[in-house]
Amino acid sequence: MSLLQANGLYAGYGGVDILRGTHLRVEADEIVVIVGPNGAGKSTAMKAVFGLVPIREGRVAYMGEDITNRPPERMVTRGIAYVPQESNVFPSLTVMENLELGAYALSGDHRPRMEKVFEIFPRLKERRHQQAGVMSGGERQMVAMGRALMVDPHLLMLDEPTAGLSPRLIDETFERIKGINELGIGVLMVEQNARQALAAADRGYVLATGENRYEDTGPALLANPEVAEMFLGG
Amino acid sequence: MIEFIQLLINGILLGSILALGAVGATMIFGVLRFAHFAHGDLMAIGAYFALTVVTVFNLPVLAALPVAMLLTAGLAVGIDQVVYRRIRRVQPVILLIASFATALVLRSFIQMVWGSSNEVYETGIQLPWRIGPLTLKPDHLLIFVAATVLVIGVHLFLTRTKMGKAMRAMSDNMNLALVTGIPADRVIMWTWAIGGALAAAAGVFLGMDTRLHPVMGWTLLLPIFAATILGGIGRPYGAILGGLVIGCAMELSTLIIPGSYKPAVAFAIMVVTLIFRPQGIIKGSV
Repeated sequence: MSLLQANGLYAGYGGVDILRGTHLRVEADEIVVIVGPNGAGKSTAMKAVFGLVPIREGRVAYMGEDITNRPPERMVTRGIAYVPQESNVFPSLTVMENLELGAYALSGDHRPRMEKVFEIFPRLKERRHQQAGVMSGGERQMVAMGRALMVDPHLLMLDEPTAGLSPRLIDETFERIKGINELGIGVLMVEQNARQALAAADRGYVLATGENRYEDTGPALLANPEVAEMFLGG
Repeated sequence: MIEFIQLLINGILLGSILALGAVGATMIFGVLRFAHFAHGDLMAIGAYFALTVVTVFNLPVLAALPVAMLLTAGLAVGIDQVVYRRIRRVQPVILLIASFATALVLRSFIQMVWGSSNEVYETGIQLPWRIGPLTLKPDHLLIFVAATVLVIGVHLFLTRTKMGKAMRAMSDNMNLALVTGIPADRVIMWTWAIGGALAAAAGVFLGMDTRLHPVMGWTLLLPIFAATILGGIGRPYGAILGGLVIGCAMELSTLIIPGSYKPAVAFAIMVVTLIFRPQGIIKGSV
């Protein structure tokens, strides 16, 4: 049974379908990346899976259970966490408060989970009383991912986690994502830095105008001349 | 100089009343994104609730205060459930107009039930304390202490409780609160309850300081919005600061201009804020 399986998704805004039959699959131990040109529907696919964009047709299954069009809070309690691309921290709240709220939907003591997040991001422990809004882009990204990890997810969904980061930080972020994956968390992410993302990923999907174009392992997609020419800028 | 200090004391008193109103208004704005025009009338109805408790049970005002706060909190939640909740997903301007209508309904309700003449909690003259050349009514000290306690309570709620943090989070970033799994409806209910309770307290204090009449809250709405904007919309701490600044400015202005221009002072500060620092003292969320 796959961790996540989405089949034949039709979804969009205001009656216009942005996704047209998109399908996705994530296995429990995988990093899966969605790449493709602007407007391909990459972010929409993530939002549809997470219940933020209504799915008109198609089905999303998580560990075999139908979760199509479930509200986000139900996703969170089932172990799916989502990090939006922009404004993904609570700026006036401290790092610790951001993390605490990540676990809002869960009952029980959140402190052991917070310690775990601090182990992954030691920098956040140092700056735990800092307001998230005044931190650097890289640190904010850590807060955002840390917040998502507070629900002890089985599936972590990241919308462009390296957007706006410096090249050094981009490498670091991909290393971190690999580290998180090694803890047994499946990762589904959308990326603009397609080459690096595919290199870090187990599998990749190339999406264009809301349809699946290619699907293969990361290295195979990188080696595919058609993909390289059309979607990776030669 | 004596006059200045006396006015400053009055200003702090008015400021703490404004602050209580403004904290609620700013939290409602932060979470729901609309200016709640019925907030002043919520204050007034809270004051009248207390009046009923005082006259029926013959209790001191301060004992009636928690009852009035509870009733007004319930009323605010009720109004939200009946009126605002169903139009929450449409444009904010519709909510704003609906709150204007709610204000009229509340005011008429007060006139219907309690009449439109002036009322007071306690008749008779309260002997003011004389501290050198300054005068201070015992009620003033009471209002100041009670307001301070409430403000500290709000602070503890916002920083120490899960619900308070969720409220700040929703005011910070609505969409992220949604994907984090924060239950919006519950947070909204709590926001109304606390906003209503604080409004009632402000109304009761205003009634203690002056008198009760059906438009007592409505006339204070402008200074309250001014305090909200000055402090940064959606920022509770800014609203407290804004309330104190506006209150002091209104009282101190009587040194140079006639007292009837006090509301104009609040309005002027609001306009100047919007021109030169629209985000407010503490950077607001809007």
